[in-house]
Amino acid sequence: MKGGLVVGVAMVAVAAAPLGASTYHVLLMLPFMAYAVVLLGLNLLFGYAGLVSFGHALFIGIGAYTGAFLTTHGKVRSLEVILVCAAVLGGLVAAPIGALCVRYVKIYFGMLTLAFGMVFHTFVLKFYRLTGGDEGTPFLRPSLLGRSLDAMPKIDYLIGPYYYYSLAVLILAVLGMWRIVHSPFGLCLKTIRDNPAKAETLGISVTRYRFYAFIISAIYAAVGGALLGPPTGNVDPTLAYWTHSGNLVFMTLLGGFASFFGPVVGAFVFIYLQNWVMSIVPYWRLIFGAMLAVIVIFAPQGLMGLVTRRRPVPASRA
Amino acid sequence: MTQHVVNVLLSGIFHASILFLVAAGLQVVFGVQKIFNLACGSFYALGAYAGVSAVGWYAGAGGPPALFILPLALAGLAVGAVGIVVERGLLRFVYDRDETFQLLLTFAVVLMMEDAIRMIWGTSPRSTSGLYLTYGQVRILGAVVPVYNLIVIAASLAIALSIGWLLTRTTFGRIMRAAADNREMAEALGVDMRRVDAKVFTLGTALGTLGGALVIPATAAMSEMGVELIVEAFAVVVIGGLGSMRGAFVGALAVGVLRAIAISVYPELEMLLIYLIVIVVLVARPRGLFGGAAA
Repeated sequence: MKGGLVVGVAMVAVAAAPLGASTYHVLLMLPFMAYAVVLLGLNLLFGYAGLVSFGHALFIGIGAYTGAFLTTHGKVRSLEVILVCAAVLGGLVAAPIGALCVRYVKIYFGMLTLAFGMVFHTFVLKFYRLTGGDEGTPFLRPSLLGRSLDAMPKIDYLIGPYYYYSLAVLILAVLGMWRIVHSPFGLCLKTIRDNPAKAETLGISVTRYRFYAFIISAIYAAVGGALLGPPTGNVDPTLAYWTHSGNLVFMTLLGGFASFFGPVVGAFVFIYLQNWVMSIVPYWRLIFGAMLAVIVIFAPQGLMGLVTRRRPVPASRA
Repeated sequence: MTQHVVNVLLSGIFHASILFLVAAGLQVVFGVQKIFNLACGSFYALGAYAGVSAVGWYAGAGGPPALFILPLALAGLAVGAVGIVVERGLLRFVYDRDETFQLLLTFAVVLMMEDAIRMIWGTSPRSTSGLYLTYGQVRILGAVVPVYNLIVIAASLAIALSIGWLLTRTTFGRIMRAAADNREMAEALGVDMRRVDAKVFTLGTALGTLGGALVIPATAAMSEMGVELIVEAFAVVVIGGLGSMRGAFVGALAVGVLRAIAISVYPELEMLLIYLIVIVVLVARPRGLFGGAAA
């Protein structure tokens, strides 16, 4: 039960952060929590189903643009409505894409998801009358639980109500994902990852399970994407660019794809390290690229792999 | 009307010749090493910046403008040497790993190269002022075309033919095809795969950097050009089929020309059209038009 203790302590620390930590660090927690939600979903595909998506920024984009649209054009300000719409839309968009993509594995899956991601990116970039092009669309301050908080100063809003709202969404996302991966469905996914042929003979429909995993991960990404909007107040096409998808996989690997909380740790370390490095030198990509290379070569299990040693790296080249 | 059509077609083919070089680099590496090299776009950007610097230095030293293409191409080829550093320094450690990790390692190279270029050349766009029209322009069916474009198209064709010759007529080509077909068997028959890997990856890199250098008189070098080109090169190899040289040729032509047409007819469509074709091809023929053929 040591793991439970660590999670509990981490949760108390996160909940107490606005009381003790500096505003700067508390503000950094907001993208962390949004990315943590995204990565929990991504890792259902990566860690549990063994499929690496290089186009998941697409669903972040869907979620973020849903929120931006509803607040600027739709006069809807309720964050609950926005999150539900983002989830529904993310799932709806993921359905046809997933139906096509899950027929392929490995490099072809990655390439197909990348192509879909770029379709969306080009769409929002080029149809500027609808989306604002590369300037993006404003994401107006949403109301929380039916209470309009427009009168509050922006910082107070973000480190106060919005912070705890994000945390609540993250906790719900964690609980939901915990249930999913420990359900028969989650176990089937792992079986499929480790041995698709065997899974098929055991009566598990490989493509259908992969499809469901794809949809769930897209919904998570869309919800996380919607949460990314309010702190910056603007969403733009770079959210859906392929390098953003690459960074998502990077974060997951950094934390450790083989562990449930690995992606959450990865998001946290990535966000804080990136800000720290950027405050010293402008060349964060150089340092992060080198870091990614070191992780891939020496520690493919990520940070969580250094702490816990469970199973070995799955599947060498067939 | 013909004038407009010729203009669009030739600018499409010019773009296609550059794309072919980068895509060919992607293909040799994928064919032999089974690594999808995301960094090929970064090599392209590196070649472009090296080309700008070389030409600038050449002009500063008072070289005759008519020969600027020589230092340009040489610089492009020379920085291809970075390929051997990446291969020996990074990639060789992950050959026996899952391809996800190989892909991510090349993504790490993308990140590093992007900032390395920013560190060396700065963030503002660089261009070779005025050299583009050194060779003048010609009229083809009423359309005015820079001669430089035609030179690049011819050079790219020549390179395509030499790659074909290299693959089918030389010992190294036979070894490459054998290794692409069955790595273990090639090794068992006495091929030193470490040397082959290093050579192949360097060849792939040099094709990319050369492509970058050759495009530079026609456009400006920007630090994002690499990550932007990779998605196009990726479209080329998917349409043509991963690992196939003929596929790279046909794919580059298709992407280059279609993009030029889309830009002139309905600019919003531009890359959207290309990605949609990619998706259609991947769904209808996952191995691409020429997939399954040897490298």
